[in-house]
Amino acid sequence: MLSSVQTPRLLRFQSFSLKCLHTHPTTAPPPPHSQILTIRKSLLSREISAVDLAGTFLNRLRNTEPHLKSFLYVSDVVLKEAEEIDRKIAENEELGPLAGVLVGVKDNICTSDMPSTAGSKILENYRPPFDATAVGKMKKCGAIVIGKTNMDEFGMGSTTEGSGYQVTANPWDLSRVPGGSSGGSAAAVSARQCMVSLGSDTGGSVRQPASFCGVVGLKPTYGRVSRYGLVAYASSLDVIGCFGSSVADAGILLHAISGHDKFDATSSKKEVPDFASQFTARDQLDSKPLKGLRVGLIRETIEDGVDPDVISSIRGAASHLEELGCTVTEVSLPSFSLGLPAYYILASSESSSNLSRYDGIRYGKQVFADELNSLYGESRAGGLGSEVKMRILMGTYALSAGYYDAYYKRAQQVRTLVRESFRAALDENDILISPAAPSAAYKIGEKKNDPLSMYAGDIMTVNVNLAGLPALVLPCGFIDSSPVALPVGVQMISAAFEEEKLLKVGHMFEQTLQGCCFIPPLVADELAC
Amino acid sequence: MALTFLRGIQLNPSMLYPSSYFARKHGVLYCCMRSAQTQTATQEKEQTKLKVSTQSQPKAVDKFLKDFEAVIGIETHVQLSTLTKAFCSCPYNYGSPPNTSVCPVCMGLPGALPVLNSKVIECAVRVGLALNCKLSLNSKFDRKQYFYPDLPKGYQISQFDIPIASDGYLDVDLPLEYGGGHRKFGITRVHMEEDAGKLLHTDGGSYSQVDLNRAGVPLLEIVSEPDMRTGIEAAEYAAELQRLVRYLGVGNGNMQEGSLRCDVNISVRPIGQLEFGTKVEIKNLNSFSSMSRAIDYEISRQVELHNQGQIDQIVQETRLWEEGAQKTVTMRKKEGLADYRYFPEPDLPGVTLTEEYVNSIRESLPELPEDKRRRYEKMGLSMQDVLFLANDINIADFFDTTTAGGADIKLAANWIMGDIAAYMKNEKVTINEIKLTPQELGELIASIKDETISGKIGKEILFELIAKGGTVKGLIKEKDLVQIVDTAEIEKMVDKVIADSPKQLEQYRGGKTKLQGYFAGQVMKESKGKANPKLLNKILSEKLNAKN
Repeated sequence: MLSSVQTPRLLRFQSFSLKCLHTHPTTAPPPPHSQILTIRKSLLSREISAVDLAGTFLNRLRNTEPHLKSFLYVSDVVLKEAEEIDRKIAENEELGPLAGVLVGVKDNICTSDMPSTAGSKILENYRPPFDATAVGKMKKCGAIVIGKTNMDEFGMGSTTEGSGYQVTANPWDLSRVPGGSSGGSAAAVSARQCMVSLGSDTGGSVRQPASFCGVVGLKPTYGRVSRYGLVAYASSLDVIGCFGSSVADAGILLHAISGHDKFDATSSKKEVPDFASQFTARDQLDSKPLKGLRVGLIRETIEDGVDPDVISSIRGAASHLEELGCTVTEVSLPSFSLGLPAYYILASSESSSNLSRYDGIRYGKQVFADELNSLYGESRAGGLGSEVKMRILMGTYALSAGYYDAYYKRAQQVRTLVRESFRAALDENDILISPAAPSAAYKIGEKKNDPLSMYAGDIMTVNVNLAGLPALVLPCGFIDSSPVALPVGVQMISAAFEEEKLLKVGHMFEQTLQGCCFIPPLVADELAC
Repeated sequence: MALTFLRGIQLNPSMLYPSSYFARKHGVLYCCMRSAQTQTATQEKEQTKLKVSTQSQPKAVDKFLKDFEAVIGIETHVQLSTLTKAFCSCPYNYGSPPNTSVCPVCMGLPGALPVLNSKVIECAVRVGLALNCKLSLNSKFDRKQYFYPDLPKGYQISQFDIPIASDGYLDVDLPLEYGGGHRKFGITRVHMEEDAGKLLHTDGGSYSQVDLNRAGVPLLEIVSEPDMRTGIEAAEYAAELQRLVRYLGVGNGNMQEGSLRCDVNISVRPIGQLEFGTKVEIKNLNSFSSMSRAIDYEISRQVELHNQGQIDQIVQETRLWEEGAQKTVTMRKKEGLADYRYFPEPDLPGVTLTEEYVNSIRESLPELPEDKRRRYEKMGLSMQDVLFLANDINIADFFDTTTAGGADIKLAANWIMGDIAAYMKNEKVTINEIKLTPQELGELIASIKDETISGKIGKEILFELIAKGGTVKGLIKEKDLVQIVDTAEIEKMVDKVIADSPKQLEQYRGGKTKLQGYFAGQVMKESKGKANPKLLNKILSEKLNAKN
């Protein structure tokens, strides 16, 4: 049964410092700035050309890629597209809001001129005949797709080790995972291989890697961004999300890709506000810019099973918000722990159906066989990875006659409880906060043979997908590790279609966070804070 | 279905459109398989006959049926003739070259999403209302999951537990040659779904080709209650559904093209027994007449097994009607129920109908076949006339327009069912293709009735009107066909004929009165067929019999 939200109590986090425990002992690095706005200014003032800019990023990509392996495909027309931007500038033509912006696109988002494999061997070399709506919108705004980023096959995984092609490393510590499933997109932005990137988030696949890689990750409300062209994993949970090195960049990118799409019946007709227009520059903030904002810290996310250092970081973030004028209270989401099993049943069920189309008949790998069942069986057995097969089996089981009520139907009921429980908590609070993951990035291979432990890592994020809410993850500190401290992100959750509020709060948080520099050591020499 | 895959992919790039849809550049739309049946070939040949031939009920069945009754239920798939497919904007035209009417959505490409064509809902509501069903104001789509090469997504978007319409009935008038009578057959449910593509099996049988033109075309599945007892009842139920679909304008109901497909479930039980016998499904029924014959064959097969004490030989299976052999044969045995793992389609929002919307559709419904038949009956037409006229919406419309202009009902019916129907049959044209308009038919009937022209001339100009068009008035004037009713004028002609035929007159007066016909013919010839026959005969006999 759903019990009501517990009476909030005020928290005091006196003991936590607002300073980051980062490993770059620079003197008070400046807060992150919007790369998109900065390059726009530079381009328009002719300080730099789009070609030079693209060249810089391509160079960095070339240098870092052997270590990171965040891209499955790098476009060979980046410079040509940059030239076109320069021509427009030279001829004083109107420039789109993303002109010259280099975007990495997760490989499960269709691009007409590049392969789109969703990280799966079954779609090796598959090139879609169309751009995903989100990609089309970005391109219209002048963005340049720099390449397709690595991911766990079909989005199923939390480490990007589940890719059918390669393992991506975390730019902060190459022996660690970047998180997943959008690990390639997160690592690419973290290592400044591109300015911003698109990911997808079914159960935390944008937010958890954002936390692991020390970048901003934005999961919009379900329906805010068209899913047309997003290779489906679990249709009722999937959303396309944004990565950036600043909150502003994530907001600007979201604005470009949002809006109703007649090709996606589940996309919302809600008006799209200009998310970044309300941002206040740091020097114009008063001492308590978020005065009166009610923030609920989700109790169940800072309990046993969560890395104590992560809890410390989140408590630190909470007290930082208090410093900014927020009232922080603890709230309980009673159905919180039910979210994880419900998520895995629903996501597996939908995926077992969504992945039926990979049969080798029309596209993808086809194995020659003597009869129909073998054609299906062998094409799928050879083309799909083990994690994917496991989830297809789980989903097929959950939807089978006799089990449907016990699994799928029950999970849908839990979903309703989760939604209700968020609604109640968001009636009392403007935003909710929690960690984005129970730990910082872990070692490559550490959870590979322990899927349950990997699934458990999604506990912080899956509930938000079940409720369809927007959430913003932004780096809030570091936890000690060897050889380098690892970034940790805080997750901010709001009511549906209130991304504007999240971005506003996130922007102030980011601009006022003292002494943090979220540029990973891999590129720190080149890009000092 | 037994399918065999053989090695080797056949390439045929011309079938692919647009080729960039495929990961591979050539010929990916192929899977190599061989089918045990060549259904498609036989499907194309059979002709639909609305009326079932009398030989379809062997006497043996009658004898058996004294002790047994058949229980028949029908699942009908009606293809909707919407401009575009159910979930994408591809048009569908029967017979287009393979894979020329496809897009990422109906091909099930990664990332493509379905968006419902609202016309499908409109058609479903129209049919639901016409079948006297209860409508679900809140229904949804579900996924029915199975693997087959003609099913691009690996699931069919359909409706499972909440069909858009349910609990209705259909009124049927049985043909007079089978004793006539009125029946009411229950409708269990009507739901919306998408069609699959087609597999084309090659002659050699070493591979199969997939044509996805039909994939995603909207269908209504209409499931009847097991209310039918004979092949004729079943065929007439299907014919009435076809009529309904055509009256409503939601589909063409063409069985040869597969726009109307019927699968029949049939079992027999001793009369008086309440529980049903084991049911058998029959497929490959491409005309109403084959439906009726297949059912009667199947009834006698099952009854015979009963009589021979071999009830256990009746097993739950799908049987195929073989037109050539005139019998049903086992296609596949059912090994338990298939698990389609239905679940709600997450890509589509629920289907919500407002009362207002339903009412607006209800008001826009045309007069339905059953209402039309009852109205014709009340107009005083015989049942035979009623069934003929109401059978085809176009003929009914023609008749209605003719009589609406004030034409005599019985005469209009006679002209349409007689000379006009004969012409259409001979020339193989529909009533919409003939040049005669209902207005001119009315004019023709009126002109005969008010004796402007004779019936004989009427018939002559009818064929001219049908073939070339024009107006009755125009033709009468052009050909100077107005009937002569002037007594003096006719007398003049009679006098002339009598004067010209002294020999015949003599014979007539000598007692050979049959010769009046000869005289009448001559006078009619003289008048170029325009003399009023009654007047002519009256004057003629007066003159012939005058004793001077």
